[in-house]
Amino acid sequence: MSETELEIDVDREEDADEETTSDEIAVETRDLSVWYGEDRALQDIDMKVPENKVTAMIGPSGCGKSTFLRCINRMNDRIDTCRVEGEVRFRGKNVYDDDVDPVALRRRIGMVFQKPNPFPKSIRENVAYGLKIQNKTDNLDESVETALRRAALWDEVKDQLDSSGLDLSGGQQQRLCIARAIAPDPEVILMDEPASALDPVATSQIEDLIEELARDYTVMVVTHNMQQAARISDKTAVFLTGGELVEFDDTKKIFENPDDQRVEDYITGKFG
Amino acid sequence: MSDDRLGITGEVASGDRRNERIVTRVLQGCAAVTIATTVAIFAVLLDNAFSFFYGQRLHEAVLGATLDQRVGVVEFITGTRWAPYHAFPDYGVLPLINGTLLITVGAAFISIPIGTATAIYLSEYASERVRGVLKPTLEVLAGIPTIVYGFFAISFITPVFVRPVFETLGFSVSFYNAFAGMVVVGIMTIPMVSSISEDAMSSVPDDLRNAAYGLGATKQEVSTQVVLPASISGILASYILAVSRAIGETMAVTLAAGHRSQMTLNPFVEIQTMTAYMVQMARGEAALGTVEYQSLFAVGLVLFLMTLSMNLLNDWVKRRYREVYR
Repeated sequence: MSETELEIDVDREEDADEETTSDEIAVETRDLSVWYGEDRALQDIDMKVPENKVTAMIGPSGCGKSTFLRCINRMNDRIDTCRVEGEVRFRGKNVYDDDVDPVALRRRIGMVFQKPNPFPKSIRENVAYGLKIQNKTDNLDESVETALRRAALWDEVKDQLDSSGLDLSGGQQQRLCIARAIAPDPEVILMDEPASALDPVATSQIEDLIEELARDYTVMVVTHNMQQAARISDKTAVFLTGGELVEFDDTKKIFENPDDQRVEDYITGKFG
Repeated sequence: MSDDRLGITGEVASGDRRNERIVTRVLQGCAAVTIATTVAIFAVLLDNAFSFFYGQRLHEAVLGATLDQRVGVVEFITGTRWAPYHAFPDYGVLPLINGTLLITVGAAFISIPIGTATAIYLSEYASERVRGVLKPTLEVLAGIPTIVYGFFAISFITPVFVRPVFETLGFSVSFYNAFAGMVVVGIMTIPMVSSISEDAMSSVPDDLRNAAYGLGATKQEVSTQVVLPASISGILASYILAVSRAIGETMAVTLAAGHRSQMTLNPFVEIQTMTAYMVQMARGEAALGTVEYQSLFAVGLVLFLMTLSMNLLNDWVKRRYREVYR
């Protein structure tokens, strides 16, 4: 399948009432609601995710932040009972339109999961997997090296590329998964609590990496760790129980002077 | 108990420890039954098979009875004519082994592809609803008595399918034929392959599937490149068990494939498997203690050794591939 299968609407509308920043919008949701069977997990989410920035999604568990992330690349399609309403616009095109192939979409929007999940294959094969299925096999070794360097893992594994990815430590495995996700050069990287299963040193390495990645990619990261969101993100979205997006703004504003009292309470640890 | 300030000495309830001991003993005893049975069967087979070759049972020979060579071991293992009732009897077991392997290989060509495909479908493609219908159906298939399968073979597979189709193609097909045996044993062992393989595939962590889907892999790529390799030890185990079952299968092949032992690879003629021969002999046409009768045990021993080696292969495969993938 070629990249062009996901049709991109280039002349997207520039509404006058858009935010004052001049940032390009990579992903935008409009009235996005999600149900699992009868249970509503997200309520009418409107959000504009700026390009080449780190956008954090925080909130107590069960607030729908992971569900939200999984709507962006339609990983929710895998859940039988999941129903989505509203729009997720990726570069202006609603990814839930009938003519969008989720396989093609996921080749443009990479994902890193909570638990490091390398394939039971060699380090090289892990990073090369996405390139292979996307037929980007020219200069495979070079692409693998570039991805591992970007994921700040190259120096640690360059002499053992053929050993199993499962032999690495947890933090290394997660960086391997990041290398695997960025190797095919997606435009957006979704991260679902990428450091929650890691120790503090590995966590700090992943955080540095996320900030680094935002130079080339749009990064959306779900975290339950507010300090982490404050450290690494440019924008922060606060979800509260019931699947409601309570406030979405510059991270600095959210943490120093939120508009919503509930956000203030959450940030200061009064609940959640 | 008065000095028990910590409250950790003494029994929580009196008699608990004795109960524990009794339960342990009972469980151990039940487990021992299976081991004892296996050992006893092997001993009886070996004991009687010895008399097929040497005229005396093994325990009698050990106690000093004089041996009376009746059938040579080499003749038995390498002979290509099996004719115990003939005026000039021959006891070469190869035609029976040939019959068994012919059926087994043919059945494997049916059960392995269809069973594997079914497992992939159930584990990776089917919706909850379809799975809810298909899995019980397969279990029904697994629960049908084998004699019914045999009847199905001679009343349906041979007259309605094998004979019309292959006689049109110019083969001469006898009423009892190996092909019907292959088909029916193949169908019979599909549930074994599909359910064990499906268990193996379903136990592949969803994390791995998510990783591949997240990279833009298609369902087919996830199934063949991620799920299959990660569950290969269980899948191979299912193949081995199905083959083992096909080797030991008795009633269906006895009915479908017949009673003429011959060295042939032609699936359209009547053949005899080891099991079918044992059915025939055990029905009591030969007197107890005769060479013909004792041949039952020699053939049984060969059968036992074949299925035993499949079990050992199964263990080896499990160990060999589990290391690589978890």
